[in-house]
Amino acid sequence: MVLKAFFPTCCASADSGLLVGRWVPEQSSAVVLAVVHFPFIPIQVKELLAQVHQAGHVGLAVLGTWCHRRQGAEERLGPFLEGLGAIFSHEPWLQLCRERTSGLWSCKATCQQGPARVKDQVMLVFYDQRQVLLSQLHPPAALPDRQAGDAAASAEGLAAVFDTVARSEALFRSDRFDEGPVRLSHWQSEGVEASILAELAKRASGPVCRLLACLLSLISAASACRVFKLRPLSFIWSKLAVCGQLGHRLEQLELVFSTQKAEKPAQLMRKANVLVSVLLDVALGLALLSWLHGKDRIGQLAEALVPVADHVAEALRHLLQWLMGAPAGLKMNRALDQVLGRFFLYHLHLWISYVHLLSPFIEHILWHVGLSACLGLTVALSTLSDIIALLTFHIYCFYVYGARLYCLKICGLSSLWRLFRGKKWNVLRQRVDSCSYDLDQLFIGTLLFTVLLFLLPTTALYYLVFTLLRLLVVAMQGLIHLLVDLVNSLPLYSLGLRLCRPYRLAGTLPSSQPA
Amino acid sequence: MEDEQSFSDICGGRLALQRRYYSPSCREFCLSCPRLSLRSLTAVTCTVWLAAYGLFTLCENSMILSAAIFITLLGLLGYLHFVKIDQETLLIIDSLGIQMTSSYASGKESTTFIEMGKVKDVVINEAIYMQKVIYYLCILLKDPVEPHGISQVVPVFQSAKPRLDCLIEVYRSCQEILAHQKAASASP
Repeated sequence: MVLKAFFPTCCASADSGLLVGRWVPEQSSAVVLAVVHFPFIPIQVKELLAQVHQAGHVGLAVLGTWCHRRQGAEERLGPFLEGLGAIFSHEPWLQLCRERTSGLWSCKATCQQGPARVKDQVMLVFYDQRQVLLSQLHPPAALPDRQAGDAAASAEGLAAVFDTVARSEALFRSDRFDEGPVRLSHWQSEGVEASILAELAKRASGPVCRLLACLLSLISAASACRVFKLRPLSFIWSKLAVCGQLGHRLEQLELVFSTQKAEKPAQLMRKANVLVSVLLDVALGLALLSWLHGKDRIGQLAEALVPVADHVAEALRHLLQWLMGAPAGLKMNRALDQVLGRFFLYHLHLWISYVHLLSPFIEHILWHVGLSACLGLTVALSTLSDIIALLTFHIYCFYVYGARLYCLKICGLSSLWRLFRGKKWNVLRQRVDSCSYDLDQLFIGTLLFTVLLFLLPTTALYYLVFTLLRLLVVAMQGLIHLLVDLVNSLPLYSLGLRLCRPYRLAGTLPSSQPA
Repeated sequence: MEDEQSFSDICGGRLALQRRYYSPSCREFCLSCPRLSLRSLTAVTCTVWLAAYGLFTLCENSMILSAAIFITLLGLLGYLHFVKIDQETLLIIDSLGIQMTSSYASGKESTTFIEMGKVKDVVINEAIYMQKVIYYLCILLKDPVEPHGISQVVPVFQSAKPRLDCLIEVYRSCQEILAHQKAASASP
């Protein structure tokens, strides 16, 4: 394979010195990380490399020499550079050279052992260290068994190059203003890049996370206490959407403020997404709260609520009157029709009386419930969905009655149909068997069968109408839940990153034209 | 070393192929597609505006006309930025990889890079495209699980769509480099 030398663009104008980096034999590539300038003491260079090796588990070595010279100064440096090859022996030994005036490059690689003395082709690839580190393309470094030495056996191909650069962060921490024993040139040698806000946030995040984690554990311990596990409370708890949403948010906040550091970039992204969505949620909720509480809107809402409930009840009453007559030209069984219609009308009357009883308190209830919007827009929407469910409880009851009646009718019909044909359902064997009935059994069975059959259209119509109404309510609730899920699960942080810093999410290398 | 030749694409439009031989192990092929023609642009704009004017005479609402202008502008910008590809480049570097760049009319560039370790072969395939049978150059990627299998077929020059004569030129050069690469990887 052609020998590839990955050279950082920032070192192209550095003074002469030693090339320090990592040799990847599988790719036959030398990744140069920094240039060590003269004067240096070889022992100190080796100590520095050992330090970086301990910190990042990446085996660095001195790869060769770098010479940035004026024309004609070759004779003095030539034998000196070759002598360095004897001190830091490395296979193969790179010699990169650049003319200061003309900008011409020359690369040579020599092997002490092996068949070829001098490698014929060396490919020089320039890479931008800053972009590689910022794009975070490195594979996850967590391996189950960390052994001393190179732990990058899993990184293949060009990913090994990026992995090397990422693991050697310890090498890039010193800049040229530091008074260290060794003078290095790399992408941060003009001054370590950092942002004051990011550093402050990092320092502050430790204690803040600990405090919030304590609070959240207290809340979750309180909610998990035995009182809430009792029958009626736990049933109500499971039915209300608000409680589900609050529980979900609590879990998410626990994840975000956990004192464990995120191992992989994917986990960090998830945490950031959750945090951003919670913040947006709370911001929208506060906006909704300020809109609701301004200009006495809650009062207007409360005033409008009871007439709306009355209007719905009136519409339902019309519907029942229509069903009790001849709906859509169908001929119903008069007696059953009247019974069912009157039953449902009475139920409706009870419901409306109940709503009228509650009407003085509605404004207060709404005001206090509206305060829950400060916990987030999703909580407010879940509350709305719960209010809709409570207000349309009569429709749910009608649906249940209609469904039960219909179900009973169908069961009766199917069993009597079997009797009509002379068969029976064998519960033991779970199949249909033939059976000989007595004459009076057959007579009564057939009679009942005809009765049920001719009453079927009436019950079926009531069932159909109330199921459609229930579906309408469920569809409305479903829309609200969809909105809540959208706000919950939209990865806003990743979207923002894609728009503003697309290189952080890059999957492949950003390359440019060859020189 | 640079070389320019003119070919035609499957619809008969003119393409210009620029070959650059940087070294025996590094070659670049650049296909320039025909530019956006003034005739088609005028035709589309006139159609849209006539339709908007017809709607305006029906509805007497002047918002339709401004909306039509807005739509035309946005549509043109969107077309130039997302659809119209000016140039497609294939850069093949021995033992490093293959890079494909598409540059759009608005200046946007999108690149795809495939490592040499993943490339199995570069072949010319036949395909049935509407009522035509066309040839296209594609890169076959190795399957990590199965040693002789192919995991993916990546077509090259998808919007330029050159004809067989142009593809043969590119194919020959790529095969030279791939043969060189295989010989080098076979002997350590």
